[in-house]
Amino acid sequence: MRIELQEIRKAFNQGRPNEFWAIRGVSLTFEPNKVTCLKGASGSGKTTLLSIIGCLSRPTSGRVLLNGDTLSGLPERFLTGIRRHTFGFIFQKFNLIQGLSVVENVMLPAYPLGLNHAELKARAKGLLEHFKLADKAANPVEWLSGGEAQRVAICRALINGPEVLIADEPTANLDSRLSRELMGLIDGLRQSGKTILITSHDPEVYDSPVVDQVIEMRDGRLAGTGD
Amino acid sequence: MIEFLRKQRYLIDFTMSSLLRRKGKNFGLLLVYSLIVFMLASVMLFAHSLRSEAAIILQQSPEIIVQRMVAGRHALIPADYLEKMGRLRGVNKRQGRLWGYFYDPALKANYTIMVPTDRELTKSEAIIGNGIARMRGVEIGDYVTIRSHDGDGISFQVKEVMSHDSELVSSDLFLISEEAFRIVFGIPEGMYTDLVLSVRNPREVRKITEKVTLKLPDTRPILREEVLRTYDSIFAWRQGIVFVLLSGAVLAFVIFAWDKASGLSAEEKREIGILKAVGWETGDVLRMKFWEGAIISFAAFLCGYLGAYAHVFYGSASLFEPVLKGWAVLYPDFQPIPFIDPLQVATLFFFTVFPYTVATIIPIWRASITDPDVVMR
Repeated sequence: MRIELQEIRKAFNQGRPNEFWAIRGVSLTFEPNKVTCLKGASGSGKTTLLSIIGCLSRPTSGRVLLNGDTLSGLPERFLTGIRRHTFGFIFQKFNLIQGLSVVENVMLPAYPLGLNHAELKARAKGLLEHFKLADKAANPVEWLSGGEAQRVAICRALINGPEVLIADEPTANLDSRLSRELMGLIDGLRQSGKTILITSHDPEVYDSPVVDQVIEMRDGRLAGTGD
Repeated sequence: MIEFLRKQRYLIDFTMSSLLRRKGKNFGLLLVYSLIVFMLASVMLFAHSLRSEAAIILQQSPEIIVQRMVAGRHALIPADYLEKMGRLRGVNKRQGRLWGYFYDPALKANYTIMVPTDRELTKSEAIIGNGIARMRGVEIGDYVTIRSHDGDGISFQVKEVMSHDSELVSSDLFLISEEAFRIVFGIPEGMYTDLVLSVRNPREVRKITEKVTLKLPDTRPILREEVLRTYDSIFAWRQGIVFVLLSGAVLAFVIFAWDKASGLSAEEKREIGILKAVGWETGDVLRMKFWEGAIISFAAFLCGYLGAYAHVFYGSASLFEPVLKGWAVLYPDFQPIPFIDPLQVATLFFFTVFPYTVATIIPIWRASITDPDVVMR
């Protein structure tokens, strides 16, 4: 899946005294089946850019194209549909729902699709098995270690079979060993045909041989393109 | 269609597990909600039951009662009024009645003393209502003494205690013979308290009433349907009083529900953000919250209604008895006949579920339109 950004700009609190431009004109292309890392200091705009690519928010101006089709400007309903089927998200703090079991958390993104329950459960269990979590399926997520929670988040991101995986600071809550393990998993996902976008300022990630392309951001622009 | 149903099932599953995750908070809400339904349903079921009970019993009473009025007040009626009335077409039975009230200082209660028309009693026999028997602690064969108008004590042997079926209107009844009645109250021969007429065809009642008024201008006829209507409005009025008292509780509940919904915890808001980020639409979140409200409402309604049903029909509505039955001292101890009126259920459902839904939907909608990128920040 080819993703193209054209002159993306994003403002928060536009028109108010506290107006803030998080993205100030970014044009980029992400090639399919590649691992791209957006690196930069905190506040450089990488997470905002990732949320725009993943249809979690809209740019103030500019266009996002997916395989040549313009996404920005579509109504919420369509954006949700695209987000659901095209993108899988792995969040910095994992964002698993406490109190639910591991398998329920994994199945959660598929609930609004109304799939056959047995098939959905089998798919979730298959993913858990692949990520060596089969024995934890019935446990509540609070019982998991950081690495396990991260892998559950990956399973959840993959449940709807997305082509693009978006990971926001995925190693922020992991130690070096677990970070390396995660990069190994990401390598496996790339080999299975996924396009992967990661934001990180962790050298374990952007220096990893798994990453094909590193893009540095600074003050809402691509590094080296601003004044 | 199957996909739609499956989707709803997933949403309900998720909702159930959400509810169970916040057991304390939701159980508290369910308890308060059930209590409100319980109170309202108890009053409705009981008042309705009282009205139908009274109507059933009064079905056996005469269609027309004729009372003589002197200076605008009810006075004794001479027996010859039966003759003066003349033959009225449609009236199949007419007779004089003797009844009055007696204040028993020992119990601080009023009895209704009557001469039965269908029973033969000797001068010293009496049939008493359940309330009197209970309060006096007497059984068949025991003696009850009452003071006559001239201060003499007159004893009656209890021949019978009236059945439970009619207790609602017979709790305070004390039946004695005509002779004894005249002695107790000092009413001379040839005078009655009022006259009663039985009419075969209910459609003729109004016409007969008109004729009686013409022939006996100093009397007032009272129709059975008017008595029924009075009972009906008394019980409806009492029900209204209780509802007014309960409206404060209902209002408090609506405020509580609003507060609960508008004060969605940070955790709940974060959850909504996660759900939206992983691909749920605003509509899915709203539907999930709708199911949450529906499950709580329905469970509370069911618990409250069943509780009220048991309270009224198996526990004699002990909580509301004094207000709704009305007897000052001799409370009737009767078992209302169980029934369910679909219209009443629907009304109650509307008045309890609707305010809750309205109170919760707006704050939930506000939370559900949060941008999904909140979880990324």
